[in-house]
Amino acid sequence: MIYRQWSFLVMLGLLPMFAVAEPNPNRQAELDTLLYQDCGSCHGMTLRGGLGPSLLPERMERYSTEAITGIILYGVPDTAMPGWSDLLTEEEAAWIANQLKQDNSISR
Amino acid sequence: MPLPFSLKSLKPLLLSSAFILLAGCQSLNSTTELRGTGDLGVVVERATGSLAVVDTSKREIFNRVEGLGDLSHASVKFSRDARYAFVFGRDGGLSKVDLLTSKITERVIQSGNSIGGAISQDGNYVAVANYEPGGVKIFESKTLRLVADIPATYTDENGDIQRSKTVGLVDVPGNDFVFSLFDAGEIWTVDMTTTEPEIQRYKNTGKQPYDSLISPNGRYYIAGLFGEDGLALLDLWHPEKGVERILPDYGRGEKRLPVYKMPHLEGWAMAGDRAYFPAVGRHEVLVADTDDWSLVKRIPVHGQPVFVMSRPDERQVWVNFAHPKNDVVQVIDTRSGDVIKSLSPGKSVLHMEFTPRGENVWISARDSDHVKVYDTETFEELATLPMESPSGIFFTDRAHRIGL
Repeated sequence: MIYRQWSFLVMLGLLPMFAVAEPNPNRQAELDTLLYQDCGSCHGMTLRGGLGPSLLPERMERYSTEAITGIILYGVPDTAMPGWSDLLTEEEAAWIANQLKQDNSISR
Repeated sequence: MPLPFSLKSLKPLLLSSAFILLAGCQSLNSTTELRGTGDLGVVVERATGSLAVVDTSKREIFNRVEGLGDLSHASVKFSRDARYAFVFGRDGGLSKVDLLTSKITERVIQSGNSIGGAISQDGNYVAVANYEPGGVKIFESKTLRLVADIPATYTDENGDIQRSKTVGLVDVPGNDFVFSLFDAGEIWTVDMTTTEPEIQRYKNTGKQPYDSLISPNGRYYIAGLFGEDGLALLDLWHPEKGVERILPDYGRGEKRLPVYKMPHLEGWAMAGDRAYFPAVGRHEVLVADTDDWSLVKRIPVHGQPVFVMSRPDERQVWVNFAHPKNDVVQVIDTRSGDVIKSLSPGKSVLHMEFTPRGENVWISARDSDHVKVYDTETFEELATLPMESPSGIFFTDRAHRIGL
């Protein structure tokens, strides 16, 4: 399973540890739109899944924040999930990963 | 020749008939006035789960329909009388909307997660392509009663039976439906003329078909492939030839750029003897010769193309783009094959729709909360209509087009 490979890389410390600094509130609002509109174009606007799998917290709890951050930044090979590292910084990806693990208003 | 009676003697009569006419008008509201539907359409408002019913002659919103559920990736087909819209919602909702009264007349939740649908040649059946559970369901268009349930099953590499997400569902002549299996790499046809729908499977048609188009005459079914370069072509005039691969190596040896949004193929782009396709992972529109499907040209464009659509007269092809370069629309002149115009209709352009004869185009800009209407000849902006996160735009002339 590809996700396990990511967690494995993280455990081995092959992926950089992600900064804990949060994006500023304006950027957070943009990321929020990105998450439910642009991630939503494959994962569903309610993130319940579409062409891509569900991103609801009950599924996300299987993965560490670092693993999700890695997937967001570098994508999943041989699937339609692209790497977003050209558009997002590590801290932004980590912020999104955190959002996905929380049962908050985005995952409505 | 003098009138046989004076106007003066007619006056009371004229007045009273004018009064009756006025009274009559007052008793009619705007929705019960007799009118056709040929210049109507709908715009999907994805955030609010509503449809704006629009009038393309007046370029204004005619009415609004709410309560359609999750419309984050919704598409619409029309009944053959062009009065009813069938709305396919992401949440598996299938709704039938009367454009004239702007009311939902039927609604069923038919799956957990759907992507699009089609209406049969005879107008009697509406089919829905589902992601979850993967397969196609077919309903009677009049009542939305389920008439066929076709699970998209296949055997995976471990020998296990799986269900595939289905995409690229279209109607074709012969009262058939055709669709692709994203996970299985297959194309299936369904014949609706028999009592039990008859299914024909084409296997190994290419990795991850993500969407399909049907040529305007219903002959060629072409599935775009995400998992490899190229497209899968089924010639429905010669189904015995099976599925061929076309443009198999358009980007061989080149690094793919990330694709932040899946391209669409629906909304065919055939112009003259050329077909225009979005390249996957490249900022290009591919041009193929429809005689032998050879690659004629790669047109460099602004970003990863999403919709590549030809104006009804086929003299122009309009292209919009994936995130983050989605605030621009480009126009290709089909005579020269060059980009002749770039427009900025707003933030996050999602869809374009031509008026039936192509003099105007309507463009939705999701994050600007508006739809803009342009003259396609002068590129002059004709109107801006405020909408809530508008996405797909569908005009009723689709009711009478194969595959739309």
